[in-house]
Amino acid sequence: MSPDSNRTFFLDGQEIPFREGQSVFDAAMSAGVFIPHLCHNPDYEPHSSCRLCTVIVNGRPFASCTQPAVAGQMVQSDTAELRAMRRTLTQMLFVEGNHYCPSCEKSGSCKLQATAYHLGLQDNHYPQFFPRRELDASHADIILDRDRCILCGLCVRISRDVDRKNVFAMTGRGIHTVIVVDSASGLLKDSRVTVEDEAVQHCPVGAILIKGKAFEVPIGERVYDKEPIAAASVRRFQAREALTHG
Amino acid sequence: MSQAVTTQTQESVQQILQKHPRDAGELLQILVAVQHAYHWVSEEAVGLIAEHLRVTRAHIRGLVGFYSFLSDSFLGDYVIYLSDNITDRMLGNKEIGKYLCSRLGVKLGRVRSDGRVSVHFTSCTGMCDQGPAALVNGRPVTRLSRERADRMVDLIMARTPVSDWPPELFLVEDNFRRSDVLFRRAFEPGAALKSALLRGGDETLKAIQFEEAVDPASGIAWKRGADETLKELYRSDLRGRGGAGFKAALKWEACRDTPAPERYVVCNADEGEPGTFKDRVMLSSFADMVFEGMTLCGYVVGASQGILYIRQEYWYLKTHLEAVLARRREAGLLGRNLLGSGHAFDIAIHWGAGAYICGMESAMIESIEGRRGKPRKRWPLPVVAGVEKRPTVVNNVETFAAVAMVALKGGAWFAGHGTMHSTGTKLFCVSGDCERPGIYEYPFGVSAREILRDCGGLDAQAVQVSGPSGTTITQQEFDRTLAYEDLTTVGTFMIFGPQRDMFEVVQNFTHFFQHESCGLCTPCRVGTSLLANLVDRVAAGKGSPLDLEEVQRISHLMKTTAHCGLGQSAPNHLVDSLAKFRGDWDKRMMVGGFEPAFDLDASLEEARQLTGRDDDAAHL
Repeated sequence: MSPDSNRTFFLDGQEIPFREGQSVFDAAMSAGVFIPHLCHNPDYEPHSSCRLCTVIVNGRPFASCTQPAVAGQMVQSDTAELRAMRRTLTQMLFVEGNHYCPSCEKSGSCKLQATAYHLGLQDNHYPQFFPRRELDASHADIILDRDRCILCGLCVRISRDVDRKNVFAMTGRGIHTVIVVDSASGLLKDSRVTVEDEAVQHCPVGAILIKGKAFEVPIGERVYDKEPIAAASVRRFQAREALTHG
Repeated sequence: MSQAVTTQTQESVQQILQKHPRDAGELLQILVAVQHAYHWVSEEAVGLIAEHLRVTRAHIRGLVGFYSFLSDSFLGDYVIYLSDNITDRMLGNKEIGKYLCSRLGVKLGRVRSDGRVSVHFTSCTGMCDQGPAALVNGRPVTRLSRERADRMVDLIMARTPVSDWPPELFLVEDNFRRSDVLFRRAFEPGAALKSALLRGGDETLKAIQFEEAVDPASGIAWKRGADETLKELYRSDLRGRGGAGFKAALKWEACRDTPAPERYVVCNADEGEPGTFKDRVMLSSFADMVFEGMTLCGYVVGASQGILYIRQEYWYLKTHLEAVLARRREAGLLGRNLLGSGHAFDIAIHWGAGAYICGMESAMIESIEGRRGKPRKRWPLPVVAGVEKRPTVVNNVETFAAVAMVALKGGAWFAGHGTMHSTGTKLFCVSGDCERPGIYEYPFGVSAREILRDCGGLDAQAVQVSGPSGTTITQQEFDRTLAYEDLTTVGTFMIFGPQRDMFEVVQNFTHFFQHESCGLCTPCRVGTSLLANLVDRVAAGKGSPLDLEEVQRISHLMKTTAHCGLGQSAPNHLVDSLAKFRGDWDKRMMVGGFEPAFDLDASLEEARQLTGRDDDAAHL
């Protein structure tokens, strides 16, 4: 079946079909083309804050996760310049927080780490900011380690929209932005969070961890140990598409 | 006093809460009121507000942490914020700050141990033509000198309430130095609205009484008046005065044509771009014109609610603005029955709380709805889904004032001024090194040189056009014109004389953007900090050519990938400065060496403090 040209655009020269209302990101992933991303989880509403998924649409940059696909548009994604920019954005995320992959429980299933590998990051390039951020290990089942947070806002959005608990919020501004927890003490143990909450299941990094589960899957057998993030993300996306759109 | 505050909180916070509807959208307005009453937002107050509005504590803490003028700790009976724009610095604000701190016996940014006073620096307060400026408990003090600082100190020592301070300390001048066709005469309240309504009548209708023309029974005139006014706006080719220059008529028509049960008109008086103060003057002396423009917009697009979003720095205008609104309601120019026509429009005032980002329209809408001022996703545009997801027109203060004149005198008249693509006149906020700083109205297309001549600043080496996010022009460029065809501008015009070190300008701007980045997107959140660190490194004499390359690289990244205009334009001044004032950078560069970015000795400081050691062996 040849694609209906009223419903296709060009991504790095490849003709990509799309459904009405689909974003450039979704259409690309459906077609098997990976676009790096960190703040977006295709199961939830896009947020366009990490900016890794930036593409050039008809000459102008846009975040592909929130940019609607339009027939005939020319999109560039896998260019040397955009690859370099994504690398720099990832380095920025590494230096603004305190990330320690070798000892992190999330290693191997961390999207930040896997994306860094995908982009060929050799170092952090910039001097570390070494911020002082509070660790909240007060809860019986959940740890919030703000050092490893990349401010994607997924926990805030999921707790608000899915769990309907508003356990997480952000405070501060600019480089001082941090996650806060809703309770009188500001601690997780006094909040309404439970280990069943969807908000604590989808942290892309090691900022929200479930106690006692960290090494359930041994290192070496974790999701991005087995296959690179590009292949894993596309496969997961397509499986989800097959379920929802037949 | 802090003790007293805590015990008072419950009762008086309840009093504040009772004045506001139980609507989460009121949160920021409530926090502003609490901050004014107590000089902080206590945990106790957070709990009471959370209960009243049924929002979470975390959400409230999120706002308190976001807006510069809200505080989660007590700031003292007297809270002094010194404006820290480059123009204030050029007038000696740092020295005044030091003097104030030493006389008051307080450390910058800390509250005196008896809880009496604290002194802070803040982003530009919009008094650049009469700086150095400060805010004391929300009231502006201009033209700060040692003598005026002494008077403030004496009043603070004597515990004189700010309401009893001599009024001349709080004198704010308009300094309206040159008026052209828009602001030449006083504006007669209602005149533009009547003209607009009458445009709907035929010739005979125009001849008869105004009251008959707007008779609700002949609603046809009402509808035609709106259509005709939009046509006039198209004829005027008026472009938004906030800087982006989008055509007002297109925006209004898109809002009108988006089906919805209600629409909103928002007037952007956030005016956070350092060096900008025209909105302050408009709202001080031409408030009727602005409100009338908003009312006309409501009339044309079919909105019954207008919102003036105004920056916290202009809190001192509150009484004045509320009085103008009350007078307009009494005169039938606002309210349920505009000029007896049966149609409704009213204006509410929403106060900002210290956040440059809220000048960006979707961030402003978030703030209006009582949240952190974080820009929304790019789509849908506010004109389709803005305040409460309703179609919303957001225009600048000056745009609405211009609209009133278009309605009054017609689009063709308006388009007869200015240039082909930049019709009408523009207000310029002139500050810095010149003899006569203030507000100047010129037709678009005026050259920088002409403004410099008129204000007495011809010996300038540079002008920052449109603020830190705009363009730096040099002497060789003074014949360039201020218009959308050449130098786009919000009206800011900061002049730097030959004695100025342009690197200090850059350092001020870079730190401004670092402070004001909202933190939403990676390139702006981290990029503004990296840039500030790199500039500081050069300032410390440790800069290498690699650092300058890095400035260029980060600037390009931010321009390309930042989520909103703030991040995209934040590096403009750096790129301009490196291209045009490289000498002021080069003289600071490290010669023939290299200094690692990581300072080994400094990083041992924490260990030294922990161990209480400071001997030679504890240093590298």
